[in-house]
Amino acid sequence: MDKTIEIKKIALNDLHEQLGAKMMPFAGYNMPVRYSSDIEEHQTVREGVGIFDVSHMGEFILKGPKALDLIQRVTSNDASKLFDGKAQYSCLPNDEGGIVDDLLVYRISEEEYLLVVNASNIEKDWNWISKFNTEGVEMENISDNISLFAVQGPKAAEALQSLTQTDLKNMKYYTFEKGEFAGAPDVIISATGYTGAGGFELYLKNEYAEEVWKKIMEAGADFNIKPIGLGARDTLRLEMGFCLYGNDIDDQTSPLEAGLGWITKFNKEFTNSESLKKQKEEGVQQKLIGFVMEEKGIPRAGYEIYNSQDEVIGRVTSGTQSPSMQIGLGLGYVQKANSAEGTEIFIGVRKRRIKAKIARPPFYKG
Amino acid sequence: MNLPENLKYTEDHEWIRVEGKEAYIGITDFAQKELGDIVYVEIETEGETIEKGEVFGTVEAVKTVSDLFMPLNGEVLEVNEELEGEPELVNSDPYGKGWMIKISIEDESQLDSLLSVEQYKEVVGA
Repeated sequence: MDKTIEIKKIALNDLHEQLGAKMMPFAGYNMPVRYSSDIEEHQTVREGVGIFDVSHMGEFILKGPKALDLIQRVTSNDASKLFDGKAQYSCLPNDEGGIVDDLLVYRISEEEYLLVVNASNIEKDWNWISKFNTEGVEMENISDNISLFAVQGPKAAEALQSLTQTDLKNMKYYTFEKGEFAGAPDVIISATGYTGAGGFELYLKNEYAEEVWKKIMEAGADFNIKPIGLGARDTLRLEMGFCLYGNDIDDQTSPLEAGLGWITKFNKEFTNSESLKKQKEEGVQQKLIGFVMEEKGIPRAGYEIYNSQDEVIGRVTSGTQSPSMQIGLGLGYVQKANSAEGTEIFIGVRKRRIKAKIARPPFYKG
Repeated sequence: MNLPENLKYTEDHEWIRVEGKEAYIGITDFAQKELGDIVYVEIETEGETIEKGEVFGTVEAVKTVSDLFMPLNGEVLEVNEELEGEPELVNSDPYGKGWMIKISIEDESQLDSLLSVEQYKEVVGA
């Protein structure tokens, strides 16, 4: 049998290549990881405005009178708190203590929701949610038809305002509107992002992708908008301490260990809620912590974390040199007893132990 | 892609400039582009004699880390100290100010195993 994994192309694949992007397979999609320089792209988003094509992300529509019940059953956050035009960060716990995926839940109307999931988990999530769909919720996987642009940075609202009637500047974080944008109908304009720099995420049909991208680049020209790759997306999210599925959370990590207690609501029943509740009462064994390097050295996923007695107390799950702060920083799991803020730890970088300190994200405070 | 004719290359994307019994070593333009912004060059083998294929240092980019391999048997005579403060020289001038180490050549017969510019072009599909 042919075991070649098919790498999917996003709608604007050719356009990114023409822009000179370095394309790499990521989560099954050929994605732009860098256009010019990771550091320059990172600074563009922190200080101005940049546009990411993150069309690899997955989107499901759930419709019907029982849609909310199904969402409540499979996600950890309380989706009953949502109102039309409100989005929420959440996760899908599995029944063995871990996490199937983290996701965004958008309430489009009382009986229609949009779930946005990680590209690498589209099929897994679809199968998982379908398994609990016993009451006839209409489910549609629209991932292949939807492009997603994240326009991020302090100048994002100004740069985009001429393209829409929606009052971007006054939109609250984690709210959205559905409307015309740059000539495309029914675009979800969402005041969300994965960078901590502010801005918007735009969900639109593939057929409008090229036109909308070009209009954004034109409208943003006065603000020096630039295309940004996934490389900078990762350093930006790490400076905020945002979790990345597959690195910092996975099928084995509990949402409570991962510091996602704030999206784990026990006022309702959901997958594995009983044992997660027990874990909350009894306390977790390990915790996801943030840390900053106190000496020169760059932490990377997989490196071991040591205490001052040179005993292994955990491991790094994400790490980088911070382009904004020019120090190494990362996330990792350590035993609960060693997880207090300010604790001195050591990261095993090759043969050396580099001093670091446990710190509470966000690392970058603007 | 910039690939000077007067250099030798390796499949690990290093270049070698032979000067008599000594050689300068760095990484190629292709390698620096693949790595992206280089933020740290760690070479702590000055004065050590290292065999061909062994690690003499590490280069850290924002997104990735990569080992540096000795292309020839030799002693690390000198490390480019400018990279301590300006590792980005490897990106901006990989064949010049971005050189990494100077070594003594212990076994001249090993020079035959290095790639010519034509052979290296095939490696990188240039």
